[in-house]
Amino acid sequence: MQPNDLERIARQIRRRDLQAVFEAGAGHIGGEMSCIDILTALYFRVLRISPDAPKDPGRDRFILSKGHVALALYITLAKRGFLPEDEISTFLKPMSRLNGHPNCNKVAGVETNTGPLGHGLPVAVGMAKAARITGATYHTYVMTGDGEMQEGSNWEAISSAAQFGLNNLTLIIDHNRFQQGAALKETNDLAPFAPKLAAFGWDVTEIDGNDMPQIVPALEKRTARPHAIIAHTNKGHGISFMQDTVDWHHKVPNAEQYKIALAELSEAL
Amino acid sequence: MNAVTNPPKLHDCRDAFVAMLERLGAENPRVVAVCNDSVGSSKLGGFKARWPERLVNVGIAEQNMVGVGAGLANGGLLPFVCAASCFLTGRSLEQVKADIAYSNANVKLVGISSGMAYGELGPTHHSIEDFAWTRVLPNLPVIAPCDSVETAAAVEWAAGFEGPVFLRLSRVGVPDLLPAGHKFVPGKANLLRNGDDVTLIANGTLTHRMMKAADLLAAEGIEARVLNMATVRPIDTEAIIAAVRDTGAILTAEEHSVYGGLGSAIAEVVVAEAPAPMKILGVPGIFAPTGSAEFLLDEFGMSPAAVAQAAKDLIARKPGRAPTP
Repeated sequence: MQPNDLERIARQIRRRDLQAVFEAGAGHIGGEMSCIDILTALYFRVLRISPDAPKDPGRDRFILSKGHVALALYITLAKRGFLPEDEISTFLKPMSRLNGHPNCNKVAGVETNTGPLGHGLPVAVGMAKAARITGATYHTYVMTGDGEMQEGSNWEAISSAAQFGLNNLTLIIDHNRFQQGAALKETNDLAPFAPKLAAFGWDVTEIDGNDMPQIVPALEKRTARPHAIIAHTNKGHGISFMQDTVDWHHKVPNAEQYKIALAELSEAL
Repeated sequence: MNAVTNPPKLHDCRDAFVAMLERLGAENPRVVAVCNDSVGSSKLGGFKARWPERLVNVGIAEQNMVGVGAGLANGGLLPFVCAASCFLTGRSLEQVKADIAYSNANVKLVGISSGMAYGELGPTHHSIEDFAWTRVLPNLPVIAPCDSVETAAAVEWAAGFEGPVFLRLSRVGVPDLLPAGHKFVPGKANLLRNGDDVTLIANGTLTHRMMKAADLLAAEGIEARVLNMATVRPIDTEAIIAAVRDTGAILTAEEHSVYGGLGSAIAEVVVAEAPAPMKILGVPGIFAPTGSAEFLLDEFGMSPAAVAQAAKDLIARKPGRAPTP
């Protein structure tokens, strides 16, 4: 699938995400909009996966470590055939299997349960290490938020990935510059990430994480060492009044805002 | 001249654990060991020598260690994640909850040197909270074997069980109590001694002290039932109800805080299903003073003589008995 097609799919996912947040009255729309382009590239181009065999031992692995944007993952998985698309309307409803953070025992395509931050990368290191031990050829991808990198467990994992020489592991940091309460730089500013990852022995690629022609080659790149992609993204990308504002971490649009946002995303379709 | 009797041979349960792990490792190439710079204290040297590529040492990084274990299981391996129980459970409890129990990862968590085993090293190294922390987690059987026989049997069972398990092992030498060839059945207590005056329930190293206390009681004509209850979750509800029905009182002892451990798990059943006089012995909700494991267990009222006395006090509380003067 080419970048043009991927961009179209990403816009459809954004629209569905906006609608689902509006209807559910909850979600993490800012961080969903920032990473949807990357999720689209992964699921519609890069990952060697099949909805017909979600547990195939040779499948590529992807972990959404920033589990609070589960809705974006659900919509992407549904569009890719892992669950019925009309099930998205049950998001957060009583007894729905689509709760606010992804559950691997309920939703096909989810590899491990995330929600508390700083969990995905250590698990991804284990997946990549397992492939080394068994000789499997799958590749492991994991996406974290940039604020999430404040969790110390990530740096334990970063260090061990380098020690184990895991060149079958790609970390994507969704660097949208905002965390729940404020900008990173006003909180605990780990940026710039690239020199820190490089100092730990990783190969680092910096991209515009909302630009498909940059996303795809970065995800497909293979390196001699563990690979970190610093994806510079915009929180709320695609919706003008949400973009780069901390308020839209988990705010829900009112009816008028919804109308404007829907129009903006539709215009781009 | 007094007759000389040979003291029973004491075994470090870690030896039984690694012997079984190596047997399983030889049979199944998917078996891997994960540790936190604890190759020595987890006695994984032999495993490492035989299969260096299957020993994953993440260094001193317990959160990563448990997450890596979950990832290894996702990749089709059968990981035994080994570390001092205080760090395995305390430092990485959220990983145990989310990555292992909630994700239902096929990972065997092996808490080494649990309870008061680190004695003089002090409360930072005592693992007397681990039952409380782990037994509230769904999907996670919690097991504390009492001797090397039960340790080997529990490790073998865990390897064949599809799902997470927490094995809580000691490093304090104990004699073999269960018969060779003992088969581990999760959630089922072993009747070690029958009696109808009171039931003594323990697991791990405390089972041995309960047996000695039962000998002391027998010398006074009191017949105590002794149950070895290795599985803290799921608790053996049937055996607890039967103990109340047959003996009318339950005394528990554990290498754990009196809050939230084996005794608490039993009390939950007693209160709901079979109310009866009960007492819980353990670490009395304090940070322990300096001392060896054996010293501290005595200090906290778990010497065989103190256990026997507690049993007699408990018997006096049984309905229909005159209160002790």
